[in-house]
Amino acid sequence: MLSRVADSLYWMSRYLERAEHTARLIDVDLQLRLDQSPEAGAGRWLRLLEASQVPPPEDGKIDAESLTHVLTLDRTNPSSILSCVAAARENLRQVREQCSTEMWEQLNRLYLQVNSTTASEAWLLHSHVFFRAVQEGAHLFQGVTDSTMSHGEGWQYIQLGRFVERTDELARLIGTHFGRLPHPLDQAVESEEYLEWVGLLKSCAAFEAYCKTYTAEIRPLRVAEFLLLNPDFPHSVRFSVDRVHGALVAIGELTERKAEQPARLAGRLCATLSFSQIEEIMASGANGYVDSVRWQCAQAHTAIQQVYFDYAVESALVS
Amino acid sequence: MSPPEPLTLFRPPFRNYQFDSAYDEMFISPGVPREHYQALFQNLLELPPEELRKSQQAADLSFLHQGITFTVYGNDEGTERVFPNDLLPRIIPHKEWQKIENGLTQRIAALNLFLEDIYHHGRILTDGVVPRELVYSCRHFRREMRGLTVPRGIYVSICGTDLVRLPDGSFAVLEDNLRVPSGVSYMLANRKVLKKVFPTLFRDYGVSPVDHYAQALLATLRALAPASSSARHEPKVVLLTPGVFNSAYFEHTFLAQQMGIELVEGRDLLVHDNIVYMRTTAGLRRVDVIYRRVDDDFLDPLCFRQDSSLGVPGLFNAYRAGNVVLANAIGTGVADDKALYAYVPAIIRYYLGEDPILANVHTYLLSDRSQRSHVLEHLDELVVKAVGESGGYGMLIGPHSTEAEREDFRRRIEAEPRNYIAQPTLSLSRAPCFLDGEVQARHVDLRPYILYGENVTLVPGGLTRVALRRGSLVVNSSQGGGSKDTWVLRA
Repeated sequence: MLSRVADSLYWMSRYLERAEHTARLIDVDLQLRLDQSPEAGAGRWLRLLEASQVPPPEDGKIDAESLTHVLTLDRTNPSSILSCVAAARENLRQVREQCSTEMWEQLNRLYLQVNSTTASEAWLLHSHVFFRAVQEGAHLFQGVTDSTMSHGEGWQYIQLGRFVERTDELARLIGTHFGRLPHPLDQAVESEEYLEWVGLLKSCAAFEAYCKTYTAEIRPLRVAEFLLLNPDFPHSVRFSVDRVHGALVAIGELTERKAEQPARLAGRLCATLSFSQIEEIMASGANGYVDSVRWQCAQAHTAIQQVYFDYAVESALVS
Repeated sequence: MSPPEPLTLFRPPFRNYQFDSAYDEMFISPGVPREHYQALFQNLLELPPEELRKSQQAADLSFLHQGITFTVYGNDEGTERVFPNDLLPRIIPHKEWQKIENGLTQRIAALNLFLEDIYHHGRILTDGVVPRELVYSCRHFRREMRGLTVPRGIYVSICGTDLVRLPDGSFAVLEDNLRVPSGVSYMLANRKVLKKVFPTLFRDYGVSPVDHYAQALLATLRALAPASSSARHEPKVVLLTPGVFNSAYFEHTFLAQQMGIELVEGRDLLVHDNIVYMRTTAGLRRVDVIYRRVDDDFLDPLCFRQDSSLGVPGLFNAYRAGNVVLANAIGTGVADDKALYAYVPAIIRYYLGEDPILANVHTYLLSDRSQRSHVLEHLDELVVKAVGESGGYGMLIGPHSTEAEREDFRRRIEAEPRNYIAQPTLSLSRAPCFLDGEVQARHVDLRPYILYGENVTLVPGGLTRVALRRGSLVVNSSQGGGSKDTWVLRA
C-alpha cells in the first residue's frame, strides 16, 4: 500500500472519530443543561472547550449559542464538526480508489448533510436531531466500512486512526473531569454532582454499560475504573489501546517490516493499563496518569509516521 | 410508413422542439423520427413528463452522492460541480458506427507513424508533405524525444477524438486529443444511470456494452510494458494523477479503481539508478508502466518545467533508459496541434496510401499571408482557436462575438499568427434533450475513445457532449456543457 494512501486513511479515520466525539459531547451537554440551573452549567463551558482543545474567547464571554457555533459549524476552527467531516472527506477523496464505493458515498452524504446545515437548524430548532445525525452518520460509515472493505492493510489503518484518536480524546476528557473536584472518590455522588458524572459517562457513550457493570450508583472511582481500565467497553482507554496494538501488530505482519517500534510502544501501554490498579492511579493523581497515557499514545503516533508514512528513502534502498 | 400527423410535433413533451439548418439526430423532418429513434420517440410521447423529471432528479442526486464532479478553474480553489447529465440517449446505428470505427483506427495508425517519423528520420518533412517549421515551432514538440524508441513504436495509446456531425449527416473530425484525453468515466457513469432509467427500452434497442473499457485499457497498458519487466513479474502499472485539485480527479480515481491499479501522485514516486519506485508502507516497489494524466511540462522538473511539484525528478532519464514506459509517450501534443491538424489527411495518404475515411473540417492556417487576410476580413463569421489550448479556452466564435472581442483577437493573430487557426462556424448536429420538463433540441458532439496496444480497440460508444445553453455551440464542461449516454446499436 502506498504510504500516502495509508496516511490518508489513518487521518480520515481520526477526523471522523473526532467529529463523532465532539457531536456527542455537545449533544450530552445541551441535554444536561435542561436539568441544571444556569450557574451550575457555566463551569462546564470551559471544560468543554478545554476537552476540544479550543482556546477560550479572549473577552471571557461564553454563551451556549456562540460556543455551539465554534464547535459545530465554524470553518475557522479546525476541530469543529464541519471542519472534521470536511477533512475526513477530503482525505478519503484522495484515496477513493482504495475504499469501497459504499464507504465513499456514505461519507460524502454525511458531508453534504453537515455542510448544508444552517446555524439556526443546528442550534435552535433541532440541535438534538443534528448531533444525532452526525453520530449516526459516523456509526453508519464504520458499519459500511467493516462490511464492504477487505479487512486488509487499509482497513487496519482505519482502525488505527480511530482508536489512536479515541484514546487521546478519552484521556483528555477524563483529565478535565478528575482535575477539578475534591469529592470523596469512593462514595456515591448526589444531585448536581450526580449530573456531572452521568454527563461524563454519557459523553463516552458509557452510561448504560456502566450501570450494567456497577449498577446505577455513581462513584467517581468506579467511573474512572470503567473509563480507563475496562477491557470490554469500546469507549474505554484500555479497549482503545488494545485495538491500536492489534492493528499495529497486523500491519507489521502484512508489510513484513522489521520495524517493531510502533507495536512495541503500543504494547507497553497495553501492559501498563492491564496491570494498573485504579486505587494506585488515583492515589498518585489521575491527571498525571492520563497525561502519561496521552504522551505514550503520541509517541506511538510519531513512530507510525516514521516507520510507515514518511521514512527516509536511503534506509529503504539499503534493505 | 404512415404519413406523419402534422400535430404530432406540437404534442407535449415536444411542444417547443425547434429546428434549424443543423442536422437533427432524431427527426428526418418535423414530426417524423428517424427509424432508429422511433422507439424512443414513442416512449417519450407516452411517458408522463413527471416520470422523466423524477428520473432526472434521481440521476442528479446519484451523481452528487457518488461525487461525480469536476473542478472549475478560476473560481475558489477546488470548487466542485456535478457534470450535468441529460437523460435522453443519443443513438447511433451500427452502420454509422462502423464507419467511425474504421476512420478512427486509420487515423490513430497514421498519427503514430507520423510521430515516430518526426522523432527519428523526418521523412515526411524531407519530402515536403508537412512543413518542417510547422513541426519545430510547435510548443508541444519535444527535442528530448529525438531518437528515442518507444515500445511497439506506439506513441499514442489512449486517444479521445472529437467528432461532429455536419448538416449533410456525415461525421467529421474536429480535434484529435492525443495528450491526456479525459471524459471516459462519464461515458461509463452515464451508461450506469441510463440502464436504471430506461431498462426496457435499453434491452429492446440492443445496445452494445461499454463496461469492458477498464479491462481493455489495462490490457493496452500491459501490452506496452518494457521487455525487462516480464522476466521479473507481472508488469506493475500505475496511474499518475496531478492530485485532488485537478479537474479530472474523479476520473483518475475511478479508472484506477476499475482497473485495480495503484493511483499515485508525483510525491509517491522516486527514481534511483534510473529505476522508478513507489513508496509503500512495506518499502519501495518497482514501477513498470505509468498511465500518466499529468501534462508533459510537469512530468519531470529536472527535464521540463523546473517549478513543477507534480512530477518526479529523474523520470525522463528512467524513461530514456527503457526502464519505465509512459502512456501516452512524451511529445505527442505535436500531432494534435490545431495547425498541424490541417495536414492530417495528407499524413494519412503519405503513410498508409489510403484516402481518409473521416473528413477534416476546413481549416485556415493563419501563418499563411493570404489565408490570414481572408480570415481577418471575415472574423465575424469564423471560429478562431489558439493552437495549443483545449477545453474551450482561448476561442473566438465569430457570430456570437462582440466588436471588442474581435479586435482583441485581431491583435493577437497579427502578433502571433502561428498560434491561431480559423474554421468555418460549424452547425453541430442537434439532439433531443430533456430540459425544464420538456424535450428540446441542443447541439452535440461525440468523443469516442480509442486504445492502441497490441491492436486498436474502440469501445462502441463514447461521450456525447451537449451545449446545454440554448443556441450555444460550446460543449466543454468548463463552459456550461453537459453530457448524455451514447447508444451504439448492435448489428
